Amino acid sequence: MNYGIDTSTDNSPLMIRTTYREAVRDAIRESILKDDRVFLMGEDVGRYGGAFGVTKGLLQELGPDKIMDTPLCESGFTGAGIGAALGGMRPIVEVMTVNFSLLAADQILNTAATYLHMSGGLFNIPLVIRMGTGGGKQLAAQHSHSLEGWYAHIPGIKVLTPAVLEDARGMLWSALEDPDPVLIFENTLLYNMEGELPATAGAVDIDRACIRRVGRDVTLISYSASLFKALEATETLAQEGIEAEVIDLRVLRPLDETTFLNSVAKTHRAVIIDEGWRSGSISAEISARIMEKAFYDLDAPVERICAAEVPIPYANHLEQAALPQPTTIVNTVRRMVTRHG
Amino acid sequence: MAEFRMPSLGADMRTGTLVAWKVKPGDHLKHGDIIADVETDKGIMEIEVFENCIVEELLLAPDTKVPVGTPMAKLKLEDGAEKETIAVTDREQPSPPPAIEVPTIPVPELPQEERLRVSPLARKLATELGVDLTQVKGTGADGAIHQMDVEEAAKKLQPKPKPAEKVVALPPEAKSPEAKPTTTDFQAGMRRAIAAAMSRSNREIPHYYLETRIDMSHALQWLETENQKRSIKERILPVVLLIKAVAKALTDVPELNGYWIDDQLQVQEAIHIGFAISLRQGGLVTPAIHHADLKSLDELMAALRDLIERTRGGHLRSSELSDATITLTSLGDIGVEKVYGVIYPPQVALVGFGKIAEQPWAERGMLDVRPVLTATLAGDHRATDGMIGARFLQAINTHLQAVEKL
Repeated sequence: MNYGIDTSTDNSPLMIRTTYREAVRDAIRESILKDDRVFLMGEDVGRYGGAFGVTKGLLQELGPDKIMDTPLCESGFTGAGIGAALGGMRPIVEVMTVNFSLLAADQILNTAATYLHMSGGLFNIPLVIRMGTGGGKQLAAQHSHSLEGWYAHIPGIKVLTPAVLEDARGMLWSALEDPDPVLIFENTLLYNMEGELPATAGAVDIDRACIRRVGRDVTLISYSASLFKALEATETLAQEGIEAEVIDLRVLRPLDETTFLNSVAKTHRAVIIDEGWRSGSISAEISARIMEKAFYDLDAPVERICAAEVPIPYANHLEQAALPQPTTIVNTVRRMVTRHG
Repeated sequence: MAEFRMPSLGADMRTGTLVAWKVKPGDHLKHGDIIADVETDKGIMEIEVFENCIVEELLLAPDTKVPVGTPMAKLKLEDGAEKETIAVTDREQPSPPPAIEVPTIPVPELPQEERLRVSPLARKLATELGVDLTQVKGTGADGAIHQMDVEEAAKKLQPKPKPAEKVVALPPEAKSPEAKPTTTDFQAGMRRAIAAAMSRSNREIPHYYLETRIDMSHALQWLETENQKRSIKERILPVVLLIKAVAKALTDVPELNGYWIDDQLQVQEAIHIGFAISLRQGGLVTPAIHHADLKSLDELMAALRDLIERTRGGHLRSSELSDATITLTSLGDIGVEKVYGVIYPPQVALVGFGKIAEQPWAERGMLDVRPVLTATLAGDHRATDGMIGARFLQAINTHLQAVEKL
């Protein structure tokens, strides 16, 4: 899949064809080779090559000191990661999916996120946790949820959601350079996405949202896999003369509200597309901020397109029905903009 | 028998201190009598009773601090009714009685008021464009009014055939030199508006004209000294002095500040000076500087700057376009020496200022060269006579000679 996002720049003509999976793998390899303190640990990351094949070959290439298989104990190895970070290392902890990370939630929320504050600013936790998120691959409820919005609730950590290859490649190093805990959510549906990336691609900022498509009629606010559904919807909308602006949040905490508020001030309408459940979600937070800070720019109520409030089903048609889809986005936007419905 | 309890004198009051009883056992009290002084965090308050009663027994000694709701006295109601509590205060309801009965308050049938469904943006836009939302047809869900509906309504509003009360226009000669003839609807609409207002003016209003020359040397000197103390941004333009002088002259001669409606002069108390502002695309509007007489020079300067900016940006408020009580046109900066205006109905006067130019000036038998301003007045002869107009121009002159008092 290449949704027409051109990440090339004029002064780096050498482009390589790659996938999201390879981009993440390259980022891990580069980080370990670049900084002796960096290592990766997690379930099945070594011999098996990672639950989604992201770390395939890295054990053979970098050795067991850098790529460490752990037992099935999320709380244990996340805690070990915190300890290693305190001890001066730069650990990358991989948790297969966000569903399992709840077993380590105590370590993430009560320890990693709070340590700097509770030590009176003495101890940073330079820990990076990567995990898969999202549905759409028929892996049933316990492997398919999108809980990144929950983590975005927690002060003391950063939450990143790389959607494009450039971010898949570049966010890890930026996260490792951050002195505080950073969680990176990789939507598992994106691993097979193919595209071109400059051979020299490297670190990217982890502060800002960005505009992936410029438009004037409505602002679609999304992140991760939903970004591509939003972009797909804009193609249909454009044929009807509706120009949607598409925002890739990139970072869920801290939220870069300036970017979407400015956009809403221009388009006067906002739709948030979020694979998480609607109630108490990141989309609720974004909607609230628009109400607080852009109310008088709104020409229509803010709309949200979220996952159905059920455990994500296994059956393909049910799973697709539960997740946000481009057609829903098109219909919602059409109704908002033309007001016939 | 009834108890008088420590009242709650505010939502945050938890305790009160009895300062002094104003009654003794056996006293007859009637509605509104003060029974005691009570001290709270907010000070000492006089506590009233609202029933006719006789004081039976005082339960608290002065200087006692008790929680809200504590019985303070026993009273006997004169009508013989038994009541648990009588209290109370000069402002608020008595303290909640200890009974834990939660009253069920029937929800009153509210009159079904039609509330307009308007998007926040549309509401903001309507204010800016002076569109009356009740006249706008909403095309959204359940008739909700959106941006587009307001914009369309605003378009229709512009070329209204009798815009006398909406779009203030001035004589055609006051057209800005940078105005280019265009053929847009807006242009045509504005031209029509000016035409309608000015035709009516010339048809209905018997104008009289007066003119006087004003020595501006003192005013300009004072302004120069004043401006030297200020940063460039804060400097005051000479025209601000003129606006203020007109406003003050109108307080001296109020007959020129008002409207001719129903065959009589209706003098207005508020002084809202319509200031003619030419539009880049041609035509002009005269939005009002509200309460010009009450504003300082700095405030007037700020108001003028804001008004010009919003006029040219198309963000005037409807009130500004409709409630000027007199019009001022100043064409001095374009080099005109005198301007004879056409009164904008239903106003009864228009003041015109030309450029301030060096001219020979004779005074006390001596000839001098001074910066001189020519001020003109177009007055509605139905409302006033030349005598009033002359006094008004003289008042402007007087105020400009005492510019430091403006």
